[in-house]
Amino acid sequence: MENDLNLKATELRLGLPGSDEPERQMIPRPNKRTLSDIVSEGSRSTTEEDHQDTAPPAKVQIVGWPPVRSYRKNCLQGKKHEVEGGTGMYVKVSVDGAPYLRKIDLKVYRSYPQLLLALENMFKLTIGAYSEREGYNGSDYAPTYEDRDGDWMLVGDVPWEMFISSCKRLRIMKGSEARGLGCV
Amino acid sequence: MEPSELKRSKDSPNLDESTRRSSFPDEVLERVLSLLKSHRDRSSVSLVCKDWYNAERWSRTHVFIGNCYSVSPEIVARRFPKIRSVTLKGKPRFSDFNLVPENWGADIHAWLVVFAAKYPFLEELRLKRMAISDESLEFLAVSFPNFKALSLLSCDGFSTNGLAAIATHCKNLTELDIQENGIDDKGGSWLSCFPESFTSLEVLNFANLSSDINFDALERLVGRCKSMRVLKLNRSVSLEQLQRLLVNAPQLAELGTGSFSEELTFRQCVELESALSNCKNMYTLSGLWDAKGIYLPALYPVCTHLTFLNLSYAALRSDELAKLLAHCPRLKRLWVLDTVEDKGLEAVGMNCPLLEELRVFPADLFDEEIIHGVTEAGFVAVSFGCPRLHYVLYFCCQMTNAAVATIVQNCPDFTHFRLCIMNPGQPDHITNEPMDEAFGAVVKTCTKLQRLSVSGRLTDLTFEYIGRYAKNLETLSVAFAGSSDWGMQCVMGGCSKLRKLEIRDCPFGNAALLSGLEKYESMRSLWMSACNVTMNGCRLLAREMPRLNVEVMKEDGSDDSQADKVYVYRSIAGPRRDAPPSVLTL
Repeated sequence: MENDLNLKATELRLGLPGSDEPERQMIPRPNKRTLSDIVSEGSRSTTEEDHQDTAPPAKVQIVGWPPVRSYRKNCLQGKKHEVEGGTGMYVKVSVDGAPYLRKIDLKVYRSYPQLLLALENMFKLTIGAYSEREGYNGSDYAPTYEDRDGDWMLVGDVPWEMFISSCKRLRIMKGSEARGLGCV
Repeated sequence: MEPSELKRSKDSPNLDESTRRSSFPDEVLERVLSLLKSHRDRSSVSLVCKDWYNAERWSRTHVFIGNCYSVSPEIVARRFPKIRSVTLKGKPRFSDFNLVPENWGADIHAWLVVFAAKYPFLEELRLKRMAISDESLEFLAVSFPNFKALSLLSCDGFSTNGLAAIATHCKNLTELDIQENGIDDKGGSWLSCFPESFTSLEVLNFANLSSDINFDALERLVGRCKSMRVLKLNRSVSLEQLQRLLVNAPQLAELGTGSFSEELTFRQCVELESALSNCKNMYTLSGLWDAKGIYLPALYPVCTHLTFLNLSYAALRSDELAKLLAHCPRLKRLWVLDTVEDKGLEAVGMNCPLLEELRVFPADLFDEEIIHGVTEAGFVAVSFGCPRLHYVLYFCCQMTNAAVATIVQNCPDFTHFRLCIMNPGQPDHITNEPMDEAFGAVVKTCTKLQRLSVSGRLTDLTFEYIGRYAKNLETLSVAFAGSSDWGMQCVMGGCSKLRKLEIRDCPFGNAALLSGLEKYESMRSLWMSACNVTMNGCRLLAREMPRLNVEVMKEDGSDDSQADKVYVYRSIAGPRRDAPPSVLTL
């Protein structure tokens, strides 16, 4: 078919007649991985982590893959914790200056005030009220948490459901460091 | 809708003049044709002769438009004067996976304006992948006094305010079905907009929405709609509230529970089980959000007559699923999450001999720890126990050619075979070979195959098999597969019944695209993204085939000559005029 249509002769191109572009195969495009890149990346990680035995190849996130509707993906984001934790979602809680850490089950609480009250009771301290502008200004303590990206965030900024699904551990900061957050 | 052309009856030299003149009176013909429901049968009928074309168009009450841009609302209204029910599909299917740019189009409003003028007695509107705004929903609510049924699947652009307008104004509403949409949920007050005098609702599905609704309003609504047969609740409805609803609606045929997880007292458990056991007509169960295994036994009374169980939002373990399925002998359709693992699927094979459809969805899409999920073993186990299986959607982390060969040997009647090996380009995990022989076995054995989705490492051989054997194939989805243009050429040349082809990230270029030149007019659409097609190839296609719309979507930062995303479809409405700047029509 290609010969019949003589595609090359009729192709509109910028360039002098007679100049020729090399035949294109799989060209790596900016911001895009080719299949061979993806597959070799996968196998490379395996050899690096071979000694760890059970570690699978690192998963590369590709747009629109696997083909699951966004609605379903969003619904299942929070599910991960439930499957792993079984009936609870326990996270470590550290308080600056305390000799050991505690663990609490985030699933027991339905809102921030409930959680903060529980923390106040557990550690015998006062955290006070949250405000969007001032954080926990006025208090000696500021509750913070580590999210899935590894960043330390102030407790209370995001909706409760989002907090629950992204919180990995809690840290109650104390003293000047805590007060400093109110001025950020 | 097939773009059919007016055809005169063929003059047969053997046909007597008198025989041809004795035809049915129009009224009889119309009455007979009005009994035809299938839109394909109707299209065939309309092609017989001018009389039949006219009789058919006057008797048609439902129109199905698989691609909203293949025709214009004016053309539809001119041809079919008596439509009362419309089904419209808009965006290409890959828009579900964020591959189609924002504001691509498929807006319903222009259609509604024409319908308001030409079909004031419109009763039903079913939309899939269309853009619909609150203004459009308000317009719909006030423009059609007889409006009965609204179904929105995978649509976007609206909020709960639009739903409030529907609830407020549609006095004869029987169906409100809101599924998997990109909806802006501004709160649950829309449900309270149904007037106290309103009693006609038969289908209510708001499982998609997350906000709390006013439960008292819902309870009263369900209580006074005595014909309600489908009720699908959202997550905000608790187990205790569910029990109260069921007591007043034992006639329900389809139930979507709300959240299935909060603590119940023993008495509450007993009451729930009792309410469910009174639902003698229930054959579909879904919802079960956050289902806790300990409350599943409350479902047992209903399970015995269930034919469709949708557990795709309940992360059950294998033992929990096994215990539940032991009570579901009549199951024909089952949707689960891969948290049930292979062991859970073994239980499917052992307990559900009548199973016809299985969908296994992935629970964890961004897992960085140990991979759970299902493998080839689970699928094989189901195939041994369920010989009637003909529809499968299976997301797995590994597969082998041998397993698929066994599966189709056990279940040769597949009509829909959608296999997704989640790691792109992954070979047979035992032999390390491509998965060509697996799909070869599928197309050779399953002669009734209509829909196929392929995955794993695939060479052109897979497509040679498809072209050679898949003679009934209508829909094909391909991703990260193939070795050269030859693969796609085989499919275009061999699959005579192909209607929809969607391809992403494959090494198919202009030669492959152009090999389908003569085929695309008999297809609904072609999608090719991240392949090797160039703008010149697309321009050539557009030039050669003027009745096709050839649209290219460019991505930021890509080469000028590359056609990043190509969407080709036949149309009698000409090129569309509402394309955003990112979409070029050639």
